[in-house]
Amino acid sequence: MIDAKKGYYGRFGGRFVPEPLMAALLELEEAFLEAKRDGAFTAESSRLRREYAGRPTPLYRADNMTRLLGGATVYLKREDLCHTGSHKLNNTLGQCLLARRMGKPRVIAETGAGQHGVACATAAALFSQECVVYMGEVDIERQAPNVSRMELLGAEVRPVGSGSRTLKDAINEALRDWVENVSGTHYCIGSVVGPHPFPGMVAEFQSVIGTEMLEQFLAAEGKMPDVLVACVGGGSNAMGMFAPFVGEGPLLMGVEAGGRGAAPGEHGATLGLGEVGVLHGAMSYLLQDGDGQVADTHSVSAGLDYPGVGPEHARMKEEGLATYTSASDGEALEAARFLARTEGILPALESAHAVAYAMRAAPGMRPGQSIVVCLSGRGDKDLETMKEHM
Amino acid sequence: MSAEALREMFQVAAPSGAALITYATGCYPDRKRSAEVVRAMLAAGADAVEIGVPFSDPVMDGPVIQKTSVAALSAGATVDSVLDLLREVRGGTARPLLIMTYYNPVFRYGLERFAHRAHSAGADGLVVPDLPVEEMGPLKAACDSAGLATVAFCAPTTSPQRLGAAAAATTGFLYCVSQLGTTGARESLPPGLPGFLARVREHASCPIAVGVGISTPEQCREAAAMADGVIVGSALMKAVAETDGSLEPLSRLVSEMSEATHRPRERENHQQSVRGSGGAPWNAFL
Repeated sequence: MIDAKKGYYGRFGGRFVPEPLMAALLELEEAFLEAKRDGAFTAESSRLRREYAGRPTPLYRADNMTRLLGGATVYLKREDLCHTGSHKLNNTLGQCLLARRMGKPRVIAETGAGQHGVACATAAALFSQECVVYMGEVDIERQAPNVSRMELLGAEVRPVGSGSRTLKDAINEALRDWVENVSGTHYCIGSVVGPHPFPGMVAEFQSVIGTEMLEQFLAAEGKMPDVLVACVGGGSNAMGMFAPFVGEGPLLMGVEAGGRGAAPGEHGATLGLGEVGVLHGAMSYLLQDGDGQVADTHSVSAGLDYPGVGPEHARMKEEGLATYTSASDGEALEAARFLARTEGILPALESAHAVAYAMRAAPGMRPGQSIVVCLSGRGDKDLETMKEHM
Repeated sequence: MSAEALREMFQVAAPSGAALITYATGCYPDRKRSAEVVRAMLAAGADAVEIGVPFSDPVMDGPVIQKTSVAALSAGATVDSVLDLLREVRGGTARPLLIMTYYNPVFRYGLERFAHRAHSAGADGLVVPDLPVEEMGPLKAACDSAGLATVAFCAPTTSPQRLGAAAAATTGFLYCVSQLGTTGARESLPPGLPGFLARVREHASCPIAVGVGISTPEQCREAAAMADGVIVGSALMKAVAETDGSLEPLSRLVSEMSEATHRPRERENHQQSVRGSGGAPWNAFL
């Protein structure tokens, strides 16, 4: 049977891809379902998470930040301490393990900030897979340390010079590669975007963030947190952190890139300012013009510089299950500095958007209330950008 | 009526070969010269023309059409301006004209609105490459109600079951993607093409057209021996891009392709095995 309802979150999601990719998507969906039922696969996944990635990552009560802000107690879920320096490895370990199981010797990936590229190159090295990472020329420039890391890990970084030369165009190029080499290649997509089954599969690999955090928080406070906050580009760290909390009470807050302002081309606030459309295989919100052409975006953080967003976020927004706001370039830079000086933690500029929201919200909350920030990555890669803006 | 115009085209071409379907990026190099490009294609022997509404993120397209798309958008191409272009060309030809574009511009415009305006501008069909049969339902309904032919896709990786579904969803022709990869020239047709098209024939009784990677008259000739239609895009857009303004190189190439497509070699071996004997295999479809 041809099932047209597959992979939808309300009216969002689906599989809007060229026909040559459909067989690969169907194969992937089946392989993922099978793997989940296979005890050996799940055992290997959890062993790697524990012994290789360093999970569980800590949930840290940020007392200095709490004291200075006044109000709610601030906690940080330390995904920056996960191996490779961000939450991205949770997903790439899962997908590359799946690729090995499917007998695909080559993995490809797109990357914006380089965090997913590094995580994919790392997993590919671990499983002896050939790895090619597509990265926009603009991002190669502003995230140079990660380019070197990927190359040291044995991956080939292919510069993308088309379009806006950022994450969106890197995904286009990865999709073109996949169309051409589909039989021996797995496309290890880095966020909860793309055609079914990617959004659900990536969310599942990332749900370890929220599952761990729930347990850690209950042990620390004996109750549910009041607010969870995470940055949203495609939305994978947010989806992973929110997963066990959807409909359970806490306010779930996603923070998009407010960039330099609300004018077209100046931000990456897809859920805040976009409209429904189709890009990269899924129906979701999209920054676009009146004629359906995808708009340019801007963010100081390469990982949030993206005109689309995961379809499940689109559904959660429409159904009121999560709330989405934005933080500007300036707020994110300020938040990164603040966290570095108060807690000795230098966050990635992406994650700094979530920190910025906590700085805005915590003072207005009552003492005894709590806000948990997903600190999705560390900031070493952003030193150049931060220096420029100091 | 649209689907009928396409069927008639395939029927007329069938006795000696296949139909030549050419692609032109709408409003490339600009609105005015784009109309001249399409007219030149028709004058040189194209049986039908797909006019592209350029999209900012054409994932099925290789470098040539990516470039013409960017250039056309910079020249101010919009859905309306391409429909207007089609209307202008329609004034001078009775041959089938199709719109080709990605799903988002159509979705954003409104499926019904797009289908009705395309039809009233004179389009016969709509080709959308990022819309597998699973997602075709809403657009097919809009096209059916507007009287616009739909074109579904299949590829060497398409399962027999999905081939059947694609054939059922198509009212124009089945677009057979000759090989895995984006649009653009290849040195030769893939060795698996005869087998792939034979498999398509088993599951589809509609006309089939083959495209992607066909860039020379010789490749047109080979493909024409196996299919009802041959689709050429990048090679022609390259001819437009590389000229100093004269459309002569484009006209010459289309004319050679038309000759090759309409009279593939009699000795062509594939003809017997794929096409079978005794008339067009999709006669039952008509």
